[in-house]
Amino acid sequence: MIEIRFHGRGGQGAVTAANILASAAFKQGKYVQAFPFFGVERRGAPVTAFTRIDDKPIRIKTQIYEPDIVVVLDPSLLDTVDVTAGLKDGGTVIVNTEKSKEEVLEKLKKKPGKLALVDATTIALEILGLPITNTAILGAVAKATGVVELKYVQEAIKETFSGELGEKNAKAAEEAFNKTVVYEL
Amino acid sequence: MAEYKPIRKVVSGNYAAAYAAKHARVQVVAAYPITPQTSIIEKIAEFIANGEADIQYVPVESEHSAMAACIGASAAGARAFTATSAQGLALMHEMLHWASGARLPIVMVDVNRAMAPPWSVWDDQTDSLAQRDTGWMQFYAENNQEVYDGVLMAFKVAETVNLPAMIVESAFILSHTYDVVEMIPQELVDEFLPPRKPLYDLADFSRPFSVGALGTPNDYYEFRYKIAKAMEDAVKVIKDVGREFGERFGRDYSEMIEKGYVDDADFVFMGMGSLMGTVKEAVDLLRKEGYKVGYAKVRWFRPFPKEELREIAESVKGIAVLDRNYSFGQEGILFNEAKGVLYNTSARPIIKNYIIGLGGRDFTVQDVKAVAENMKKVIEAGKLDREVEWYHLKR
Amino acid sequence: MNSLFGEKKARAEKLVFTSVDQYPEAPITLGTTLINFTGDWRTFIPIVNDEKCVKCYICWKFCPEPAIYIKEDGYIGIDYDYCKGCGICANECPTNAITMEKEEK
Repeated sequence: MIEIRFHGRGGQGAVTAANILASAAFKQGKYVQAFPFFGVERRGAPVTAFTRIDDKPIRIKTQIYEPDIVVVLDPSLLDTVDVTAGLKDGGTVIVNTEKSKEEVLEKLKKKPGKLALVDATTIALEILGLPITNTAILGAVAKATGVVELKYVQEAIKETFSGELGEKNAKAAEEAFNKTVVYEL
Repeated sequence: MAEYKPIRKVVSGNYAAAYAAKHARVQVVAAYPITPQTSIIEKIAEFIANGEADIQYVPVESEHSAMAACIGASAAGARAFTATSAQGLALMHEMLHWASGARLPIVMVDVNRAMAPPWSVWDDQTDSLAQRDTGWMQFYAENNQEVYDGVLMAFKVAETVNLPAMIVESAFILSHTYDVVEMIPQELVDEFLPPRKPLYDLADFSRPFSVGALGTPNDYYEFRYKIAKAMEDAVKVIKDVGREFGERFGRDYSEMIEKGYVDDADFVFMGMGSLMGTVKEAVDLLRKEGYKVGYAKVRWFRPFPKEELREIAESVKGIAVLDRNYSFGQEGILFNEAKGVLYNTSARPIIKNYIIGLGGRDFTVQDVKAVAENMKKVIEAGKLDREVEWYHLKR
Repeated sequence: MNSLFGEKKARAEKLVFTSVDQYPEAPITLGTTLINFTGDWRTFIPIVNDEKCVKCYICWKFCPEPAIYIKEDGYIGIDYDYCKGCGICANECPTNAITMEKEEK
């Protein structure tokens, strides 16, 4: 079972990202589970969301304490939230940022096995005209982790957002997939 | 019978409930919003707005009115559905007695949420269990699939015995968690769940009558007995419907208590709802570590599966009852029920109560293991250290 | 005297349940109004004078029982099986077409 934790701010779509990732993995034939931190989310406040992916039905009904993968949608969270809390040894961290590998690693309390960086905000602004990075970042997840293929991410995005909005978000994911830089540490 | 090809979707527990209501072809929905229930009703409203479902939606000013509207609709012969949580369910309380007393097969989803204060929106079973004596059947879902299946089966059972039924799911842990659900094509649901046949025809003006008539001391007693009898009869109906569901759609619900490793266990964990998913996962791990443990997941709390519990008690040395609920001045509610069921039998396993997860406190695989460790010691000692354990309490 | 008087009473069969199986499954009407002729409670009986009646039906609206009905000819009739003799109809009638008289039983 692969456990993924998303960090974002209320309104950025971390919960939607977790759900879309689950739908994408489901399309690829996996069993999935996606849920928000069981809290009272407010716009702007730090939020977390989770996805579990497995080859067999998922029975466990608890929060995720030791993720394999951490996805950070908002770079400012690195200063206020311990995003690597509980991260498995050798785990992957994916960050939406324009900063360098060194600058990001300095802010992480635990050194991941793999670090993936992408400036999803710029991509979202260019393609969607809005700084909502939840779909773009999923392109980075596909690139950095291989838990799900980009085409399934795009299919799931188009199912979530209909028409032109879906096309644009799918394009944002593809753009992020192409621009994500992955560092094996 | 048409061939069964399930439609698999990734949906939340609440959406599973909404889809089930739609597939059950409910005719009237009356509800009032409350977290974490609201997205059930929002989804149903969306079905109506999109023209996907022909449902009369009655907007109301409170949960009390929601149930009152469902009672009116159901008395007129319609298939009625609603959903609520916690304080909303408590506000319905008077009308819950009315629904069962008038013998109306209304189906409701209660999203278990802790009663305030302190204010809480998280999972806790005390809201639904406080409605224990209202004459409603209660089914506790472990996962989103069981929410969907539960609603469909509940209508069939309710309309057979003419009693209302409550499908209970966990706040957030199911209600807002996306999971894979196998849905049943509409025509096959229709075969399983034909249109309702009401006890009486309210629109028969050649024979006017009133519903919920006066019952003097000379008559009231007999009507109460009839409810008690219908609830008893429901045990067989539930098993039959659960078996039929399994034959048609591959998921068997003929057991009112789902059992795992009971025949080869020193002790079992007993509990209800989503927490039992985590328990199952933990039990598999514990067995690999050499613990002789099993589980008994109580699906139906009303009617209570007395015989099945007695059979389990005959074969194990201990039962660890996990209650995400509490009856102040007594103990965990399932624990209390279980002890009562076993009193007039010769089975005397050690039975211990663990109060867990109140107000959404996470109950993890590690927690299940810790309970197993404690229960193992109790059984080795042959006597209880204490009857009720406030497991998570910060000391 | 109204022709309905005693008609229902004459054909009523008292519903008595002596075993639980005889009861209806749900507590719908037990037929109590079919056997409980409240007209027996009356001391004063309303008498209608059709010559004064203007067919305003105010009595019909006010009767709490309701034991007043509208006949085919448009005049009102009183169902004496159920009229308790409360006198509200006589009190409300704007033309004094209804009078309350002591009833000899």
